Amino acid sequence: MKRLTTLLASTAVAAAALSGTAAAQNDMIIGLITKTDTNPFFVKMKEGAAEKAEEMGVELRTFAGKYDGDNEAQVEAIESLIAAGAAGILITPSDPAGLADTVKAARDAGLLVIALDTPFDPIDAADATFATDNFKAGELIGQWAAATLEDPENAKIATLDLSEAQVTVDVLRNQGFLQGFGIDVKDVNRMYDEDDPRIVGGDVTQGSPDGGRTAMENLLQLDSGINLIHTINEPAAAGAYEALKAFGLEEQVTIVSVDGGCPGVQDVKGGVIGATSMQFPLKMASMGVEAIVEYAKNGTRPETTEGLDFFNTGVTLVTDSPVEGIESITSDEALEQCWG
Amino acid sequence: MSDANSDDYEKAIHSGGDVASFEERHRAPLERLHNFLHSYPTAAPLMVLAASLVVFGAIADNFFTPFNFSLIIQQVTVIGVLGIAQTLIILTAGIDLSVAAIMVLSSVVMGRLGVTMGLPTGLAILAGFAVGTACGALNGFLVTRFKLPPFIVTLGTWSVFFALNLWYSDAQTVRSQDIDATAPLLKFFGERVGIMGAQFTYGSFLMLGLFGVFWYVLNWTAWGRAVYAIGDDKEAAELAGIRTDRILLSVYAVGGFVCAVAAWIAIGRLGSISPQSFYEGNLDAITAVVIGGTSLFGGRGAIFGTLIGAITVGVFRSGLKLAGVEVLWQEFTVGVLIIVAVAMDQWIRKVSS
Repeated sequence: MKRLTTLLASTAVAAAALSGTAAAQNDMIIGLITKTDTNPFFVKMKEGAAEKAEEMGVELRTFAGKYDGDNEAQVEAIESLIAAGAAGILITPSDPAGLADTVKAARDAGLLVIALDTPFDPIDAADATFATDNFKAGELIGQWAAATLEDPENAKIATLDLSEAQVTVDVLRNQGFLQGFGIDVKDVNRMYDEDDPRIVGGDVTQGSPDGGRTAMENLLQLDSGINLIHTINEPAAAGAYEALKAFGLEEQVTIVSVDGGCPGVQDVKGGVIGATSMQFPLKMASMGVEAIVEYAKNGTRPETTEGLDFFNTGVTLVTDSPVEGIESITSDEALEQCWG
Repeated sequence: MSDANSDDYEKAIHSGGDVASFEERHRAPLERLHNFLHSYPTAAPLMVLAASLVVFGAIADNFFTPFNFSLIIQQVTVIGVLGIAQTLIILTAGIDLSVAAIMVLSSVVMGRLGVTMGLPTGLAILAGFAVGTACGALNGFLVTRFKLPPFIVTLGTWSVFFALNLWYSDAQTVRSQDIDATAPLLKFFGERVGIMGAQFTYGSFLMLGLFGVFWYVLNWTAWGRAVYAIGDDKEAAELAGIRTDRILLSVYAVGGFVCAVAAWIAIGRLGSISPQSFYEGNLDAITAVVIGGTSLFGGRGAIFGTLIGAITVGVFRSGLKLAGVEVLWQEFTVGVLIIVAVAMDQWIRKVSS
């Protein structure tokens, strides 16, 4: 029912605007805008924000796009939160560059805007960013793969990425992985510009199992000797594994991924995925709610992690074949902290 | 093609006469092509497919192998089956934007009941079929009873079914290993057989079988001819004694059932049941129908055209990938194909007016 409500959120804009004028200090409004409400990652985020909001006695209003990349819905959501007189907005921007103007309008209206998970472009378009260090997430699985593969010098690598649009998160994970593995990534802000012969190719999956399966099949047609696969997330990895099974190649291939969703961690346990970098959406959202309440009460702005231009909410490598020098947890430990 | 001329029998009668054969001699080659394409709706898509096979065979390594062809068939199986449902509805001059949402909802029902709740798998599958059929019937009911345009009805139910799917699945994926453990029958259509280096899934055979069944039904049963008649001219069909609303309702319900069958196939294809998959499957299905030469204005087209359309899209994606073309140009090319197909349809239709 909750999710149905969010789908109807845009029709509730008028109502929200009305109640906004009546909002007293002690019923502070905080907005959470996610890319979609289908991905368990965002579902978990909503859960974290809702728990924290209840604990702190503030009102949480949630919005979501219909699909990943639905910029329009997010613009509408921000506008309605401004109209409602919200204290701040937590947002995972679908279009990190495209939303900049709308976010500026919100900040001009006195709202604290915190980007969750996906940084804005430029990153200082928001007051703060609470995110997984996605480059680090990629780097961890890249390093793990380099230490695990028998002959990394002659590896044949395929990357199953998100989309052709070179989305920030997608690029960070892809480039982090390649660099971690020891490949010269050239322009770190661009995928597919590498010329290392070990890379067979990349294809896009939309982060879904159907995309992962088809992409994997096509890459195996290019070169059936592929033995290392980077996947943008675990659903894509699960789809890729089905393709590998159909080709009878699942034994020769190591799959690495990023996310830490419970089905993904189960797949680590089941040997489908070699290692995955786990992120913490619940923590991101609950810390975000705290930060906005703090700011509204005494004007303190959230700080960034040293050496980074955002607050790193942490990333942990999950694998059942740990390697020396890279800190990791086992799938059993990870099952207690996973999301989705 | 036995359905040649069948949607335009009066013309066929005239063309047998002396006057028409006199005209024949004076026809320009272009005009003859025009008439040929009008008589055989699958001819144009078939030529496009043949041409693309030749081109990609020449430029892409590893393309022209039995294995790659069987792979393409596997990749288009789910969309092909959705395309059957879509073809039925487009033939009546309707459109169904909710086909993929019905499919995903049906697959989630099968997964929830069969895996999460542990009901007997057969029962779970039947429940999925029932849900799919009911969704289709709801579309048909809204279209016939309230006289709402199919585009708007299914635009609405697309969102409704998608939301129900998220609610019922709790946005959770049912994992491959869990299906193996409790309800392996759900993955039946993912099973493979190898034939001379090629690899086919049971799902691919089912798809081909369904195309055969619906080819027969559309061409050789009263119901099938009524579908064409309604799409050609609903009022005329009504005057001819066809109970158009009843037929229309049944077309949508059958479409929903076919979507539910696609759901079972999709589980085999993906291994898992993901509420987030096939979000744009509806558009892919329409693409297959349109490239397959079925007219969006209804009444003209052949079911096997849709299979050719789906395979053409698969061939382009595979061929461009193997030729090393970037992904965005795959999208570009499919877009161009759609426009060419629709322009072609407009041109072909002129012959009848």
